[in-house]
Amino acid sequence: MSTVFIVMVGMLTAASIYMFLARDLPRVLIGFVLLGTATNLAIFVAGRVGSMLPPLVEPGAKALAAEAANPLPQALILTAIVIGFGLTAFALMLVVKAYGAFATISIEEVDEAEPRPVKPQPEPLAPAFRQKQEAA
Amino acid sequence: MALLLVAPILIPLLAAALTALFWHRPEVQRPIGLAASAALLGAALMLLARTADGAVLVTQMGNWAAPFGISLVIDLFSAIMLVITGLMALAVSIYALGPASIERDRAGFQPLFHSLILGVCGSFSTGDIFNLYVWFEVMLIASFGLLVLERTREQLDGGIRYVVLNLIGTTMFLLAVGLLYGLTGTLNFADLARIAPTVENQGALAAVGMLLLVAFGAKAALFPLFNWLPAAYHTASMPVAAIFAALLTKVGVYAIIRVFTLVFAHEAGFFGPVFLAVAVATMVTGVLGAAMHYDIRKILSFHIISQIGYMLVGVALMTPLAIAGSILYIVHHIIVKANLFLLAGAIRQETGSFALKRIGGLWAIKPLLGVMFLVPALSLAGIPPLSGFWGKLVVIRSGLEAEAYWLAGIALAVGVLTLYSMIKIWNEAFWKALPEDGPSPLPWNARERLATYAPIVVLGGMTITIGLLTEPFAALSIEAAESLLDRNAYIAAVLGPDAPRLAEIKP
Repeated sequence: MSTVFIVMVGMLTAASIYMFLARDLPRVLIGFVLLGTATNLAIFVAGRVGSMLPPLVEPGAKALAAEAANPLPQALILTAIVIGFGLTAFALMLVVKAYGAFATISIEEVDEAEPRPVKPQPEPLAPAFRQKQEAA
Repeated sequence: MALLLVAPILIPLLAAALTALFWHRPEVQRPIGLAASAALLGAALMLLARTADGAVLVTQMGNWAAPFGISLVIDLFSAIMLVITGLMALAVSIYALGPASIERDRAGFQPLFHSLILGVCGSFSTGDIFNLYVWFEVMLIASFGLLVLERTREQLDGGIRYVVLNLIGTTMFLLAVGLLYGLTGTLNFADLARIAPTVENQGALAAVGMLLLVAFGAKAALFPLFNWLPAAYHTASMPVAAIFAALLTKVGVYAIIRVFTLVFAHEAGFFGPVFLAVAVATMVTGVLGAAMHYDIRKILSFHIISQIGYMLVGVALMTPLAIAGSILYIVHHIIVKANLFLLAGAIRQETGSFALKRIGGLWAIKPLLGVMFLVPALSLAGIPPLSGFWGKLVVIRSGLEAEAYWLAGIALAVGVLTLYSMIKIWNEAFWKALPEDGPSPLPWNARERLATYAPIVVLGGMTITIGLLTEPFAALSIEAAESLLDRNAYIAAVLGPDAPRLAEIKP
């Protein structure tokens, strides 16, 4: 059972890295969603998969049955999903706003914050020197 | 006592909620924000007084016993960080009353600012690694909003770079937390510290440590993960840039120091050289990046990166003196760096631009501003008797004592290059004659002027105080370093003197 999950985590991570390498912002966002999913699955596998017994304490018993499923990874994943949703929603809005401002989704064409350095032009010769040169 | 421990979280939470309720009424938000920042500083000072002797204060949320629930743990290091956070929150709250405050407050500055402080304070006081992740996210989402507050084209571009790189870093953190749980079966720092040395698969644990280093390193802007910082910080409005520069990267440094002195201390032989190499590379690349820029904000942004390198020397060498040096350096750096960003805003107000090529002549018209700038600038470069001298002295001395001579040499050389950048700002903005077609000063009234200069003067005064009266600050740092290295005291404080080992520790 775990093997299937592990292979899935690997494939999702590979796919997300491929998407991160794209120049288009929406693709980068999809990459982030995939990476988040891969991470959540990894937490799930790390917390032991196997038992289908719900983690409920039976009436009269004082503790969980030994073979019950592990509830903690599920709580962690639930938190992570909620946080990931919020971050994705914000990032999506940012991309939409950026599209409105720059009329492009390609990050390569946007260099507002870090403009490419302009090549320094050679300074025009000082007037006195130029006159001397012209006279020569 | 439990109330005092949660106060650094409750106060900014309340402030964020209240200011959000009065969204359209900045005149109501401001007193709430100021009062909350002052209250936070007060609560943090009380915590510092209680932990000054090295005590570890612990409370369990919802009364769940230690490894199961979320513990809040405040030791001396946390308390020092909380005090400095409160101080920065107050300074920036006042500074934010300065020019352009109406537009900023209408865009939602106050609720976002206090959410950011909430995330920072939560990170400093939690004793649980998953909870640390949650606080990181609180901080991150608030910082996203603050960065693009004015929604200019420049900010949108910088915001995208900042958001994407930080999203990847934070996902790495989550992955590391999940794998750490899989290896140890616990998320509580104290419990992790107890179990980590007994884990069978130490190789996997070291891999998780590297993953955490990448995640925290992306947050702390370490080499080679710093690219988001100079791409984004200079686009933010000045109060936002100041609080980012003061606190955000330092939360990453705090997390590195906490996790690698507590959970991975038994692996110090493996991580020490890694930290040493990263620290040196961070120092050098940061300072070289600053040398090539001619925009005040970009120079200062690159210097943040450079200085982070000094703070890592503590975890690289793992001696009490080195860690004390890191702590002293963090305190000094937060005050100085925030002050320099505040000053950059004041310089822009007086001259009309951040671009050094277009401004000049400030020394002739504003000599007092020049003095205010010289104090943090020379302190950053490590000129005695200012605070930076003592920070660098302790770091370099600990390097010499550990016989890492090349580290000490590079740290000194980076100090000289830092001085070069600061002199560049000085020459261009203050000494050079004003260019003929330069921009004109921006208009502001007396109240805005007071709000801008008051925090600058106070922070400058603190820099001089730490420089001239170093003894108490150094003693506190050494005490904090010793309690960081005394892992058993931390474990005993959180889990109780003889906590039972659970029968099944692995999930």
